[in-house]
Order: sequence, then structure tokens, then C-alpha cells
Amino acid sequence: MAALQLEKQRGRYAALAIAAVVIVVGIPLWWKTTETYRAWLPFSEISELDSLQVHALRPSSRQNHVCDSIGSAMIYNRVFDKADLSLHMLSESSCGSVVVYVIPESSTLLPEDVKVYVGQRRTALLRSPPFKTSWNLKEVLSNLDVEVEQVVSTMSFGHQDIVAALSNRVRMTKVTKESMADSMRAIKSSPGYEITFSLLNPDPKSHSLHWDIEGAVQSYIQPLLNKLAPIANFSVDSQILYYAVLGVNPRFDNSVSAYTLSADSLSHVINPVEARLGSNAASSNPVLNFLLYVPDAHHSPLFIRDHSKRKVPSNAFHSPRWGGIMVYNVNEMYGPEAERPVDININMAKVMGVFLAQLRLMLGVQHTHPPTGFVLQSPGSAGLADWELDRLLWSRSVENIATASTTITSLAQLLDQIGNIVINDNIAQQVSSAVTSLQSAVAELEAGNLAFALQYSREAILASERAFFDPSLLHLLYFPDDQKFAIYIPLFLPMCVPIVLSLLKIVSEAKKRRADKQAKSD
Amino acid sequence: MLILSSLLLFILLAAARDEFQEELVIRPLHSGDIYASFQFRTLWDTDFLQEGQKVSHYRLFPKSLGQVLSKFSVRELHISFTQGFWRTMQWGQPFIPSPPGAELWVWFHDTVSDVDGNWKELTNVLSGIFCASLNFIDLTNTVQPSASFKPLGLGNATDHRFLRYATLPREIVCTENLTPWKKLLPCGSKAGLAVLMKSEKLFHSSFHSQAVHIRPICQDEQCSSKAWELRQTLNVVFDLHTSGQGKKEWSLFKMFSRTLTEACPLASSSKVYVDITDNPELFELSPATPLLGQAVVLGDRRTYSVYDLIMPTSSMVLSPCALGDMLRPLLHAERYVAGFGLQTGEIHTVIYNNHPYRAFPVLLMDSVPWYLQLYIHTLTVTSKSRDNKPSYIHYQPAKDRHRPHLLEMLIQLPPHSMTEVTVQFERALLKWTEYTPDPNHGFYVGSSVVSALVPSMVAMRTNFTQDQPLFSSFVPVKEESSYFVRVYTEPLLVNLPTPDFSMPYNVICLTCTVVAVGYGSFYNLLTRTFQVDEPSPPLSKRLANLIRRMRGVPLLT
Repeated sequence: MAALQLEKQRGRYAALAIAAVVIVVGIPLWWKTTETYRAWLPFSEISELDSLQVHALRPSSRQNHVCDSIGSAMIYNRVFDKADLSLHMLSESSCGSVVVYVIPESSTLLPEDVKVYVGQRRTALLRSPPFKTSWNLKEVLSNLDVEVEQVVSTMSFGHQDIVAALSNRVRMTKVTKESMADSMRAIKSSPGYEITFSLLNPDPKSHSLHWDIEGAVQSYIQPLLNKLAPIANFSVDSQILYYAVLGVNPRFDNSVSAYTLSADSLSHVINPVEARLGSNAASSNPVLNFLLYVPDAHHSPLFIRDHSKRKVPSNAFHSPRWGGIMVYNVNEMYGPEAERPVDININMAKVMGVFLAQLRLMLGVQHTHPPTGFVLQSPGSAGLADWELDRLLWSRSVENIATASTTITSLAQLLDQIGNIVINDNIAQQVSSAVTSLQSAVAELEAGNLAFALQYSREAILASERAFFDPSLLHLLYFPDDQKFAIYIPLFLPMCVPIVLSLLKIVSEAKKRRADKQAKSD
Repeated sequence: MLILSSLLLFILLAAARDEFQEELVIRPLHSGDIYASFQFRTLWDTDFLQEGQKVSHYRLFPKSLGQVLSKFSVRELHISFTQGFWRTMQWGQPFIPSPPGAELWVWFHDTVSDVDGNWKELTNVLSGIFCASLNFIDLTNTVQPSASFKPLGLGNATDHRFLRYATLPREIVCTENLTPWKKLLPCGSKAGLAVLMKSEKLFHSSFHSQAVHIRPICQDEQCSSKAWELRQTLNVVFDLHTSGQGKKEWSLFKMFSRTLTEACPLASSSKVYVDITDNPELFELSPATPLLGQAVVLGDRRTYSVYDLIMPTSSMVLSPCALGDMLRPLLHAERYVAGFGLQTGEIHTVIYNNHPYRAFPVLLMDSVPWYLQLYIHTLTVTSKSRDNKPSYIHYQPAKDRHRPHLLEMLIQLPPHSMTEVTVQFERALLKWTEYTPDPNHGFYVGSSVVSALVPSMVAMRTNFTQDQPLFSSFVPVKEESSYFVRVYTEPLLVNLPTPDFSMPYNVICLTCTVVAVGYGSFYNLLTRTFQVDEPSPPLSKRLANLIRRMRGVPLLT
């Protein structure tokens, strides 16, 4: 009997030992060998990024620049009777800053009714309001504060720019319709753009068109692109497409004896044409298309009408983030008896004027609405004033930072939620480099170094997108759980059932023994 | 006046910068089929590869291809998509041969440092442009032939490090490949000869092949400057004999269900040639054309009726009938797999020289995927049942999963003979993820390529003239007495040992069961308590007891 008890005890110990081995060695081993590899990600920094930067940025940088300009004003608070250029030479103002020169009320440098003159570079002339001679410098400056603030808000970035830059990232309540339109129009920030000019000739039998696109690009487009070189790389090409037609049939209008395209039908014009344009095979940068459409002999002249049924003077329209189309009528250039095909040279100055204006809109150069009494100098051949470029740099950096941080935070969220995704070391590295670039971009932006800020923000975007779109993230994403169980059940079921049963038996025996003992003691 | 004349000069200069020609050749074949061959040529006097100068303004040349050329520093590019197999013995030689499926070969400029990287990216871009699965071209099916594919254009590059060649014999060609191809034409399919290209007719044919060839050529005879030539060709063989109730009559409308009315307004020449060499008196062409042309093509002097679409003519309907004999092709090749079972096999390539008295050398190129492991020591070349030793052999063995076999041989073909090249191979067992979705269909092995200078029956023209028809000017002729021919054999379809694909799960289940059974008995052994038991009475005693109990008799003990 004792031997039997001993034997039973031994069986119990053996069962317990096997269960212990399975739990202590087997399960961790299985867990370890079937685990997906997940590299460490800087989750805390990423979550900080998400909430912090947009708030932190604006006021500080804004204040900085106000101080900056007041400082400049203090130094040069004397009479200046020199032009914009010499002022610029005098103080080589750094990128992102604005210098305001204050001239006395009686100065004849500016015409009578002009209060402020904004130059082509980063300078402005401000006619000082009358002040008492007894005032000290501080009082004079505080007297000037309102005007300086006005100048700065014209030339530097303000609330509108932020709204525009962040419109597709952050929902803001105070959005004017116009700034919304501006922001929708501008193409998304990207390290490079392809600009394609296409001449559409639907009727090569009647018109043989010649355009000196090479010269036109050189003289009209290239100066602007050179100026914009710090923002992105641009490449320009052109093509001629024959038998390319618009998607809608223009309607003949008897009152003007011309064909017209109404504003409502313009949205149907682009799609059929786009099939012919051909994608850019050699790069993945966004493409800006500018189409010059010469209507065929049977549908000329062709005019575009706006919503109020008036003829659009430029005879052109643009589609947000896509490009522009201009209709160029040639029917007046030849008589009815001219020999077909008629050789026609296109007036590139007229065409490029329209395309340049559209290009400025697409690139996000915003309209400035100066208060009364302000005079803005025209930007000259470059098509862009220095301070406009600064604004652009600034809003691009902000947009990039916003894009990169949303990419990174959503990636982090995704990885956090789905445990099945493998995180390789290179992804972790991309993520952390994106985070550090983002942090330095924010720091540079706060310090006012726009060029560096833009560069860092671009690096951040590149790294974050590379991490986000890495194909290795997808490898195990679609490995469903039921398959996993189907594979493991033939192993686990026959193993676990005896262990569990014997454990149950041991427990019930122990209970019974305790009950027996209690009964005995009673 | 001065302004006007300078303007005129400018226009003339601009017009000289690029040029477009189109051409259609119709040849009734001996078998009763009709062979229609379109060629479109765009010439552009520019240089994509010039340093420092970026070509970015396109007129007739398609922008997408121009960008590809300059981005990847391509010197020469040849791509073809073919549905069906060209039957050389029945149809004669095609103007531009192509293997079934897709074929791509590219010469890169010698300034390219990372040729493999460029090649990979180029195939991806091209697969986007042509809507084809060229992205399946990778290092495992790319070879660098040392002798078979010389540049056809300007420049005598010989360093085959800059050449890449790949075929996809499995590629299926259909409308989605034709549409982007048509889009590359300046007039699209809106005017000119391309009006005839209606895809439901083109693909309802025995053979369909479309190709794009880009190469640098000389602008003039002195070769003072370079020009780029883009040739787009489309070859179709219509089986009108069976679809036309046995009548040997054909018309453009019957073939394409369209007719020609006008030339593409951008084309400097637009011509239709009808081959009337075989029995010209039996031909009845309507409308009749006074123009007759002669051209020497592939060692054969042929006569053509020429229709010039630039000249104003009435709308064209051709309805002649044709009969006649065919010149037997001098060079012909075929290939098959021999052997039984799923372990080994033998590839036979048979090359015929039908020339009655001339022997000539041919270059045979074979690119075999790595999963057929060639035993190169079993390579035999026999002609007229005698051993024929190749004078040049270039063999690059395969590396598993990295590189295919490449075998190139220069073989002298005796006159009027059949030469057989055999090599044995063993079929490899693939990893289970390497099989195609339908592995029991088999695996394709690309066509082998036979390139040769075939002795010509008639003198070939070696001089360079502008007014030569396009179909006779593709391959440069270097000497009068011979012409260049490339013959593609059939692609092979080889069965590989194919496992049952539920196998991994079965293996898992089986192993788990075995482990579970072993573990179960082990566990029992360890945890059961053993006790000595009374041996049970033997069966006879138990039976006896059963009976006794029924009878009510005391039991045995």
C-alpha cells in the first residue's frame, strides 16, 4: 500500500515537472522563435512632435522678426535719400528678415500720398508719423509700432500663410475663402517639379504651328526658376501633340460669332487631354502641365467665358495642382484662301505671360493685399521679390514639417496598433533620422534660418516617406491568425490535453485529501 | 523682306530637324495568308547623350521615349512584342524578325557605371510605358551576348558589358500593348496609315508583332553628325484563306475593316507597297497604279506596286488575287525538348542550310534559365552525321537563382545540310515559392537566336540613299554578296518536377502528430502509477465460467 502511494506520488511529481518544463522552457522558446522582429522606435519623441510644434512655432518666429526689424529701424533711424538697391547694398539683410527704414515725414523720397514703399528685396521705406522733438528714442519707436507691424505683416508671413500651409493637415476654423483657394491651388511641397509645356494642335492639316519654346523658357520661365532654386529642383520640357482635342464640344454663340466654352464645362476639358500628355517616365516628381490649345479651323475663334458670362481676357484657365490651359486663336492670322497648312508662328510673349502668372499661383506665391498707402515695387524680371521668396520658403518649411510629422505619427500609430508588422532596423533608422531632422528643422525655423529649415524639413519628409512606404512593412501584415492556429493546433492540442488533465486530477486529489483531513480532525 | 526670309529659313531649319515617314508593305504569302508590315520612322537630328546639353523640347519624337533615352544613357534600344510564331518555312523571312513573347535588348552608353541598375530601372519604366510585364526581367533572365547582338546603329561598340538582352517568352500581347504603341506616333491613330490599326482585326490574325527600335544613325552620307532614328514596326499575318471562304482575294477593308484616305499630314513620305513579284500577270490591283518599284530585300529582288498617299488619290481599295511559288528560305531553325521523365532531358536545336552549294557560318545563341542545369560536356554538334566542331564557343554557366546559362557558338553550316545541336540538362527542384501560379503548365525557355550573313542570290545595294523603302533599309548592308538574317526558333515549354503545394501544411500536421504520439506515450510512461495486478484468467476459463453462470453451476476459480 505504501509502495502504491509512493508510486502515485512519483507520477504526480512527474506530471508537475513536465508542466513546469513546458511552461518555463517550452512556451518562452516558442514565443521567442515565432516572434516578429520589431526594432525600437522613439515613440515618446514622436508623440511629443505631434502636439508641440505647430503651437510653438508661430509666435516665437513672428516676435523674432518684429524685434529684428525694430532693431534695424533703430540703427538706421536717419534720413535716407537713396533708392532700394543702395539700401540693399548698405545692409545685406539675411534671408528671412525684413529691414524697415524710417524716413522723416517731410522727406521727398516718396510721393505725397505714399506712406510705405516695399522694395524688391527685403527692405521697406516707412514715412514716420509726426512726433515731438522732446521724445526719446523709445517713445519714437513705440509711436512707430503700429506702422512697423503693418509693414511686417505685409512682407512677412502671417496667419494666412500658416492656414494655407497647413490647410490639408490641420483643420482650422478661421479660414477665409480666398486663402483656402490659394492653398488649394498651390501644388504640394516636393523636392522637385517637372514643368511640361504642351502645344495641342488638333488640326495639323490646316495649321502648321511653330513655337520657339526653347527661347521662351530661357527668357521668361528660367529667371523665376533660378530664383526658386533653393525651394526645389525644376526641370522644364515641352512637346507638341497632334490631333489632341478637348473633351467638350464648344458651343457656337451667334451674338459674338465665335465658339465659347462656359466655365461649367471647363472641368470636363482636362481628362481626355491628359490621356495624351503621357506621364513622365524618368522621375516621380509632380508634374505641372501648361497646355496651349490652338483650336482647329472649324472651331475658331474659341473663347472661354467665366461664370458671369463674360469673356475671360487672357482666354486661359487653370486647374488647381494640375496646371493651366490657354486657348490661342489663330484664325485671324490668315485669310480664307490661304494655302493649307498655314505656317503660324506663335507669339510666345503673350503665351508665357499667362503661363508665368499661372505658374506663380501653382507654386504658392500668394497674393498680397497691402493696406492703403502702400506701394509695392513690381518684382522685375525674376518675377519674385526676395521677401516673397522668404514667405514661400517659410510656408514650404512649415508644410514639410507638418507633412513629415503627420507621416511619422501615423506610422508610429499604425505600428503600435498592429503587432504583426515587422519593423526592420533600416526602418527604425529612417524613423529616427526623420525625427531628428524634424527637430532640427523646427529649431532652425525658430532661429530664423529659413534655408536650413527647409533643407532639414525636406530631409525629414524623404526619410519619413521612405519609412512609411517601405515594402518590408507589408510582409507579415496579412498573415491571418486562424492560419497560425491551424498550424499550431496539431502540436499543441495533444500536448496540452494530458498536462491539463493531470494537473486537474492533482488539484482535485489535493482537494479531496484536504477534505478527508478535515473530516478526520473533526 | 529680310525678316521674312530669315523666318522662312528658320522654318526650313526647324522642318529639317525632324522628319516622319510611314510605309505599309503588303505581301501575299505562298500559303494564302497576307503579310502586312507597317513601318513608321521618326528621324531627329539631335543628340540625347551629349554632355551638358539637355534635350527637353520634343516635336515629332515622343517625349516619353526621349526622356528614357537621356535618363538611362541608352545608345540603342530594341523592344518587340509578338503574339504567335513566325513560320519561316511557309511564310519566308519577315522584314524584321522577333521571337514569341517580349524581347528587349539595349546597348548602354559607355559612360554608364552601374549598367545593371540602369537596366533594372529601364525595364520598370518601359513596362509602364508599354503596359507590359517587362518588370519581370531581372538578373535571372538577362544575358550579355558576346557576339550575336551587335549595335545596328552608329558606333561600333564591341564591349558587351554595356549590352543587356532578355526575353519573356510567356508574355501575352494584346490591345493594352497596342494602344500605348500607337500613342507614340505623331498622328496617333487619327490619320495616315495608322488608321488601319483596329485592334479587334489586328489581333484576329495568325501572327502579330509590334516593335520599337531606337538607334543613332548618320544624318547624311558623310556622317558628319548624328541623328536619332525611331522605327516603329507592326507586322501582321492575316489568315484570309480560311476566313474568306477559300477565295484568294483580299482588300484593305477585308483585312482591317477600314480603308485608307489620306496620309498623316506630318509625314514627309507615306507609301503603300504591294508585292507583285510572284506572277505579276495574275495580279489585278484596283485602283491600278502606274508606279512600280524594285527593291532587294533579304537576298531577293522583288517588284512592288507603289501607292503614294501624299499625292492626291481617291480612296484606296485593293482587291487583287495572288498565286505563285515561294523562294525557299535559305536559313531555317527549329528546336524541341527530347527525353522522358522529370529528371533529365535533352534540348535539340536543328538548323537547316537550304543553299544548294554555299556553306556559311551562323552564330547560335541560347539563353537557358538556371533551373535547367545544362551538362555542357554533352554538347554535340553534328551535320550530315559527322561531328561539326564549332570554331567559337562562348559559354557562361548559370548561377542558381542569379544568372541563366548563356551559350554562343559559331557553327559552319555545310551546303544543303541539316545541323543538329544537342545538349543534355537536368531539371532542378525549385523552392516552393519559386513556382509560377500554374506550375503544371510548364516553364518557358526563350527562343534561341540564329544570326547569319546569308549568301545572296542577287547583288545587295550597299550605298546609302534616302529614297530607299523603309523595309529594306533596317539592317545596314555591308557587302554586296550577302545579307544579314536573324532567325528565332520556337520557345520551349519544359515541365519541371512540381510538388503538391499543400505539402508544407501536411508536413507540419504529420510531424506534429508524430511528435504528439511519441510525447503522449512518453508522458504516460512517466506519470502513470504502476501496480501489480492479479493476472486475469485465461480465455477458455472465462468462457467456461460464462456458460456455468448461465447454467447456474458454481464457477471455476
